[in-house]
Amino acid sequence: MSDCSSNSTPASQRLTAGARNWLYYPDLYASLWRNSLTRELGFKVNFLLWLLVELVWFALQLSFISVIYRHTENIGDWTKWQVVMLVGASHFIQQLFQAVLLVNCAQLSELVHTGRMDFYLVFPANTRFLVSARHVDLGGFVSAASGLAVMIYAAAQMHTTPSLTQMAAFGALCVAAVIIHYSVMFLMATCSFWTVRAQGLVMAYYNLFSLTRVPDAAFSGAARAIFTIAIPVLLVANVPVKVLLGKMNSLWGAGLLVGMSLVCFLISAVVWRAALRRYSSASS
Amino acid sequence: MGTHWHIFKLGLQNTAAYRTNFFFRAVFNLVPLVAALALWRAIFADGKESIAGYTLVQMLSYYLIVTMVEITTAVTEDEWQIATDIKDGQISQFLLRPLGYFQYRLCLFSANRVIYTAVAFLPMTVIVCWNLQYLLPPANFLSLLGFVCSLALSAMLQFLLAYLTALLAFWVLEISTMSFMLLAAQRIASGEMFPLDLLPDWLNRTLMLTPFPYCVFFPASVYMGRVEGTALAQGLFMQGLWIVALFVLVRLVWSRGLRTYTAVGG
Repeated sequence: MSDCSSNSTPASQRLTAGARNWLYYPDLYASLWRNSLTRELGFKVNFLLWLLVELVWFALQLSFISVIYRHTENIGDWTKWQVVMLVGASHFIQQLFQAVLLVNCAQLSELVHTGRMDFYLVFPANTRFLVSARHVDLGGFVSAASGLAVMIYAAAQMHTTPSLTQMAAFGALCVAAVIIHYSVMFLMATCSFWTVRAQGLVMAYYNLFSLTRVPDAAFSGAARAIFTIAIPVLLVANVPVKVLLGKMNSLWGAGLLVGMSLVCFLISAVVWRAALRRYSSASS
Repeated sequence: MGTHWHIFKLGLQNTAAYRTNFFFRAVFNLVPLVAALALWRAIFADGKESIAGYTLVQMLSYYLIVTMVEITTAVTEDEWQIATDIKDGQISQFLLRPLGYFQYRLCLFSANRVIYTAVAFLPMTVIVCWNLQYLLPPANFLSLLGFVCSLALSAMLQFLLAYLTALLAFWVLEISTMSFMLLAAQRIASGEMFPLDLLPDWLNRTLMLTPFPYCVFFPASVYMGRVEGTALAQGLFMQGLWIVALFVLVRLVWSRGLRTYTAVGG
C-alpha cells in the first residue's frame, strides 16, 4: 500500500484510507477471477489439453515410484504408500500454487521487457498484488483435486485415517508451503529485472521443486541442510505429509516450515523493492 | 559449407549473449540429478548388492552419464523458436532463399549445444568431483567410440523429434501442450528417470521399438559396456533408421504445412 499513500496526510486520514483500500481488494480479486474465467472459456480445447498434460506428468511421477518400489521395500523409513502420499501432496500443493500465482510470476519478465510493467505501477493498487494475482489458472484446481484423490487412495491402502486436528494442521501447513513456492518463484522472476531475459524460468522452478517429491530421509549431511534451510524445498511436502501420517515426533518441523515461509516471503519482498527501484521503463 | 559455418558462428554469438540464462538453466537442470543420486544411495543403504543388474556404483554412474548425454544433445528452446518463426511468418524469407529452413535450424541447434555444453561444464564438474568415486570410465575403447557415435546420432534424433513437434504450429496456435507431452514421453521412455532395465521385460522390449530409448538410454548403455558387439551395431542401425524415418516425416509434414501456410504482413 505504500505505493499509493502519501506521507503528508494526517495519520487518522491515512488509516481510514488504508482500511478503505484493503476493503477494495476482495472486489478487485473477484474481478480478476471473472476475467480469468471468461478467458479460459474462450480456449476450451487448450484448457482440456493442459489438464491432460498435468495429469500425464503426475502419472509419470507415480509410475517412477512404482518402478522403484518393484526393487526395494523402503526408502529410509518411507514405505511405498507413504511416498505415494508424498507425491500426491507435493502435486496438490504445487497445483494450488499454479492455480493462483505461478503463471503471473512466469510472466513477470515479459512485463519488464515489453515495458507493460508501467501500467501496473500507475494503477491505484499494490503493484505486487496486481502482478502476482492478475491471472487465475482454473485448471490448477482440477489438477490439485487429482493430487488429493491420490493421497486419499494412499491413506486407504495404509488403512490410515488422520484425525481432524491432523487434517487441519495439514491444511495450514499447505498454506505455508504455497507461500514458499510463491516466494522462491517470485524471487527468481524478480531477477528478470537484472538479467536480459528470464528464459527457462519455469523449467528452473519445476526442476528445483521436483525435490519436494523426494522423501527427506534420502538426503543427509550438507545436501539435506541446503535443501532444508537455504532453499527449503525438502520441507514443503514432507512436513505436511509427516503430520498426516503421525511421523513427526515434535512440532519442530512444522515450526520450521512456517518460519521458513515467512523468511522466504520477507526476502522476496526486499528484493522486489530493490528491483522496482532499479526498474526503468522499456517502452517507447 | 561456408554458409552453414557462418550461420553456426552467428548462432554461437546470439546464444553467447544469453549465457547467464543458460548457466542458471544448467545449474537448475542438475537439481533432479542430485535428488536421483541421493535417492539411490538411500535405496542401496540397506546393503543390497545390485538392482536389476546395477550395483550402487553402476546406478549412480548411469545417472551421471545420462546427465552428460542430456547436456550435449538435448534440445533446449529450439522447438519454441521454430514454432514462433512459423507463427510470425519468419519462414517466408527461407522460401525464397537457396538455404533451407531445416539446415538453418540445424546449424543453430549445433551452436546452442556447443554453448550449453561449455556453460554447463563448470556446474557438472562440481557434481562429478563430488561423486568422483561413482563415475566409471568407459568400459573399453570400442565402447567409447560407440558412445561418441551414438551421441551424435542421439542429438540428431532429438532435434528431429523437436522439429516435428514444432511443425504443428502450422495448424495449431499453441504448441506448448504438445511440447510438454513429448517431454513427458522422453522423460520416462528415454531412460532419463531410471534405467529401462528396471521395467518388466515386455515393457522394456516394447519401448525399444520407439525412438525414445535411442536418445539417452542407448548411448549410456554403450558407454557402460552393457551393449556390445552385434547389439551395439544393431542399436546404431536403429538410431540411423529412426533418423531417416523422422527426416522423411519432417519433409512430408513441412510440405503439407506450407500448403496451409499464409504469411501475414511484410
